[in-house]
Amino acid sequence: MIAESGHYALVLALALALIQSIVPIVGARWRDAALMNVARSTALAQLLFVAASFAALVTLHVTSDFSVANVYENSHSLKPLLYKITGVWGNHEGSMLLWVSILALFGGLVAVFGNNLPLSLRAHVLAVQAWVASAFYLFILITSNPFLRIANPPIEGRDLNPVLQDIGLAVHPPMLYLGYVGFSISFSFAVAALLEGRIDAAWARWVRPWTLMAWIFLTLGIAMGSYWAYYELGWGGWWFWDPVENASLMPWLAGTALLHSALVMEKRNALKVWTVLLSILTFSLSLLGTFLVRSGVLTSVHAFATDPTRGVFILLILFVFIGGSLSLYAWRAPALKQGGLFAPISREGALVLNNLLLTTACATVFIGTLYPLALEVLTGEKISVGAPFFNFTFAPLFVPLLLAVPFGPLLAWKRGDLLGAAQRLMVAGITALVAIALVFAWTYGGATLAPLAIGLAAFVIMGALCDLAERVALFRIPLSLSLRRAGGLPRATWGTAFAHAGLGIALIGIVCETTWNSEYIGSMKPDDVARVAGYELRLDGLNPRQGPNFREMVAQFTVTRDGEKVSVMTPSKRNFTTRGASTTEAALLTRGASQLYISLGDTSADGTIAVRIYDKPLVLMIWWGPVLMAFGGLLSLSDRRLRVGAPKPAKAAARALQAAE
Amino acid sequence: MTLWFVFALMTVAAIFAVLWPLSRRGRTDSGGSEVVVYRDQLAEIDRDLASGIIGAAEADAARIEISRRLLAAADASGREEPVQGSLNLRRSAAIVALVGLPVIASGFYLALGSPRLGDFPLAERSRVADANQPLANLVAQVEAHLEKNPTDGRGWTVLAPVLSRLGRYDDAVRAYRNAITYAGDSADRRADLGEAMMGTAGGVVTAEAKAEFERAVALNGDDAKGNYFLGLAAEQDGRKADAAALWQKILAKGPSDAPWRPLVQAALVRVGGVSAPALPDGAVAAAKDMSEADRGTMIKGMVDRLATRLKTNGDDVEGWLRLVRAYLVMGERDKAMSALSDARQAVANNADRLRQLNEGLKNLGLDG
Repeated sequence: MIAESGHYALVLALALALIQSIVPIVGARWRDAALMNVARSTALAQLLFVAASFAALVTLHVTSDFSVANVYENSHSLKPLLYKITGVWGNHEGSMLLWVSILALFGGLVAVFGNNLPLSLRAHVLAVQAWVASAFYLFILITSNPFLRIANPPIEGRDLNPVLQDIGLAVHPPMLYLGYVGFSISFSFAVAALLEGRIDAAWARWVRPWTLMAWIFLTLGIAMGSYWAYYELGWGGWWFWDPVENASLMPWLAGTALLHSALVMEKRNALKVWTVLLSILTFSLSLLGTFLVRSGVLTSVHAFATDPTRGVFILLILFVFIGGSLSLYAWRAPALKQGGLFAPISREGALVLNNLLLTTACATVFIGTLYPLALEVLTGEKISVGAPFFNFTFAPLFVPLLLAVPFGPLLAWKRGDLLGAAQRLMVAGITALVAIALVFAWTYGGATLAPLAIGLAAFVIMGALCDLAERVALFRIPLSLSLRRAGGLPRATWGTAFAHAGLGIALIGIVCETTWNSEYIGSMKPDDVARVAGYELRLDGLNPRQGPNFREMVAQFTVTRDGEKVSVMTPSKRNFTTRGASTTEAALLTRGASQLYISLGDTSADGTIAVRIYDKPLVLMIWWGPVLMAFGGLLSLSDRRLRVGAPKPAKAAARALQAAE
Repeated sequence: MTLWFVFALMTVAAIFAVLWPLSRRGRTDSGGSEVVVYRDQLAEIDRDLASGIIGAAEADAARIEISRRLLAAADASGREEPVQGSLNLRRSAAIVALVGLPVIASGFYLALGSPRLGDFPLAERSRVADANQPLANLVAQVEAHLEKNPTDGRGWTVLAPVLSRLGRYDDAVRAYRNAITYAGDSADRRADLGEAMMGTAGGVVTAEAKAEFERAVALNGDDAKGNYFLGLAAEQDGRKADAAALWQKILAKGPSDAPWRPLVQAALVRVGGVSAPALPDGAVAAAKDMSEADRGTMIKGMVDRLATRLKTNGDDVEGWLRLVRAYLVMGERDKAMSALSDARQAVANNADRLRQLNEGLKNLGLDG
C-alpha cells in the first residue's frame, strides 16, 4: 500500500501541477484574485504530495521491499541503514524524484513567503514553476518511474553501486540539486517578467536572495563532489574536467554572473534585461546539466540512440523550455523598461566586466563539453577535450577576473574613481609582490608561474581585507571607533569580503597542490618503508576484514617524520560481492591544510601490494575557499535590509566617506 | 479496499486545495506592490545615513533617484484596473478541478500502477517463510545464529552449499568466504567459492572466479572441480585445445567411478577433444536443412544402422569407436558402455585390434 500510495501521490502532484500551470495565468489575464490565489494553494498541495511520494520511496528502500523494481535494482537487505536511505537518490529514478521534490519545495517556499510580491507576479511565477514541474512529473512517470512493481519479488536486491556507498552521497546530490533547481526560481521570475511585460522593484528584491541561495548550495555541492571524487576514486585528483563536472560548473559560472548582475539590479535598478537573460541562461544550463548526466549521452551518443526514450524526452524538455524562453525573451525583452545609467568606470561597470568574463568562461566550458558530442553525432569521430584545453582557455579568462575582483567593491556606484581605488589597494599590491618574491626565492629554480599565481591569490585576499579596512577607516581613526564601525557594517559587506577572499584561498590551494605535489607509486611488502616529502611510511601488514556487505583488505601504515611517530593510516580495498565490484578507500592524514594520501592498488601473487602515496601541500584550501565563499553568501543572505546603492553625486564634494557597500 | 479509500481521500484533499481559494470571495489580498518597496528603500536610506554608512551627499542623490521611481510607480499603479472577480471564471475553474483532477490522476495511475500488489517488506516475508517452508526456516535459523557468532567456521561450511543450491549465490559467496576465513583454506572450498561466483555471473567464469579455481588447483593439483572449471574458463575464452587437455588430464587421474565423469566426457566431446562421429557428405548436407527433431531422427537411424552392421561384422575397430562416441554425444551412456563391452568381446581374439580399440577408448576418456 505504501508503494501504490506513493505512486498515486506522484500522479496527483502531476494533476495539481497541470492545474497550477493554467488557472493562475487565466486569473492574471482576467485579473481575478481568487484564480490567481489558486497558484498558492496548489503549490503547497503539490509539495505535500511530492513529499509524501518521496517519503514512500524512502520507506520502501528502508524496509527492503523488493517488489518495487527500483528497490530491487539498487538496494540490498544487508546495506547499512544510512546507505539504504541515500540509495534512494543514488539511482536515476530516485534522483529524478528528488529533483522534483526540491522543485516543489521551492514552489512551496514562494507560495509561503511570497506575500510581499504583487499578486499577478506571484501567480505568473508559480505557473511557470508548474510548467517545469509538469514536464518533469511526466518524464518521471513515463520514462523513469521509481514505483514500478515486480509481481514475483526476488528475495534479495542487487545492491547499490559500491562507489556510491559513501557518506558523500548523502550530501552531494541533494546540495547540487538544491543549487540546480534553486535557479528555477530566478528562471520563473524572468519568464513571469517577460509574460507580464514589466519588471518592478519587487522583482529585483526577490530574485537576488533566491539566486544567492541556489548559488550557495551549488557552490557547496560542487566543492563536496570534488572532495568526494578526491578521496573515493583513489587517484588523488580533485577536478578532472569531465563532462559531469562541467555540467555543474556551467550553471555555477552563469549563476555567479547572475548573482552579480542581480546585485546591480536590486541596488541600482539597472541591467534589468541582461539579468533576465542570465536567469534564463543559468537555469537552461542547469537543465542541460541534468540532460547530460541523465540521458546517458555522455557514455556514448550511441548508448543514447539505443535506448532513446529518456534522452529524447529530456531533449524535448530542453528544447521546449530553453527555446521557448529565449524566443519569449527575443519577443518581449525590447518592451521592458530600461533601468538607470552609469559611467563605464563605476561599480556597475566593474560588475559588467565580471559578467563578461564569467559568461565567456562559461562559454568555453560549454564548447569544451559539447564539441566532442557534436562531433561524434556528425562525423562519428570520437575525441576527448581534456584538461589542456580548459587550462589554456579558462586560465586566461580567470586571471583578469581575479585581478579585477578587488577593484569592484572599492568603486563607487554610478561613477567611480579608478585611480583612487588603486591607491587604496596599494597595500594589497605590495603584499602580492612580497609574496611573489618570497615564494620565488623559496622555490628557486622551480615553476615560474606558480609564484605569480600565489601573488595573484595574495592580491585577491588582501584586496578583500583592504575593502573592509577602508570601510572601517582602520588606522585613520582610533581603533575603538573602527571596531564600532566594523560592528555596524552591513552583513552583506562582510559576505562580499569573505566570498572574494575565498576565491584567493582556493587559488592558493590549487596552485600548491598542482605544483608542489609529491608522490610515491610502487609495490610494497610488509615492513617496507616508503619515503615521501620527509615522511617515512612503513607498511605494517595487510589484514582481511568482513564488513556488512563487503570484504576488505586493510593495510596498516605507520607514519613517522624525523624518527617521531606521527600517526597510523589504514587505507583499504573493499570487495562488494553482490555487484562483483571493488572500491579503494583512501586513507587521509590531515596536517594543517596539507594532506598525506594513501590509496591501495592490486595485490600481486608474491604478497606485495601496489601503493600510491601522495603528499599534497595545502590541498584543503581548495575546499576551504568554496566553503568560505558559501559562508559569505550566507552572511549576505541573512542581511534582509533593503539594499540601496547610493550613487556618487555628480559634483562630489568630499571623498571622506564612500558609497554604501 | 483500504487502498482505494486512501486514494479517494488523497484526491479529495487535492481538489480541496484548488477549491479553497476559489471559495474565498471578497477577501482579496492584493499582495505587495512596487510602491511599498520604494517607500521601504527611502526609509532604509535614513537608517544608513544615521548609522554613518553613507554620507549626506550620497543619501540625497539616492533619495532623489528613488523618489523619482516612486512617483512613476505610483502613477502606473493608479492607472491599473482594479482587481476584480468573475463568478463564471471561478465556476469553470472549480469544474476543472472537480472533473479534471480525478480524471488525470486515475488515467495515469490505472495505466501505470499495480493496485493489486500489496507491500512486501523483507522482514514480513521472512516471517511468512518461517511458518511454511522448513528449509527456508532452517536456513534463516542458521543465518541468525551466524549473525551472532560470525566466526563459527563450521556453521558457514554447512550453510554455504545450501545457499548455493537455493540459488542465493551472493550469500553463498559470502558464506564460502567466511568458511575459508574461519574454518581454514582448502581446495574444495576454493573451488566451491568459485562455482558460487559463477552463479552470480550467470554461469560465466569471471576473472574473480577463475582466480579462486587457480587457488584451489594450487592447493591441490588433482582437485577435479577446480581443474574442470579452469577448463571451462579456457573454453569460454575460446582456447578449446587447452580445455580438452585439462579435461583429459583429470579423466586420466580421477577414479573410474567418479560421479563427474559423464559431465567431463560430454564437455570433452563438446570442445572437439574427441572428434564427433563422421557422417557421409550427403547426409551432412541433408541434415543442414532439417529441423531439430528430424535431424535427431536421422542421426539415430544412422547410429542404429551402424550398430546392426557391427553386430554382423565385429572386426571393424573404427566402427566400434565411432559407435561409442556417437552414444556418448547423444548422452546415452548405458548404450555406450554396452557397445564398449560388445566391442571388447568381438575383437578379443585379435591382440592387435584390441590394443587399437583400447587406445581409441582412452582418447575418448573411457578406461581402456
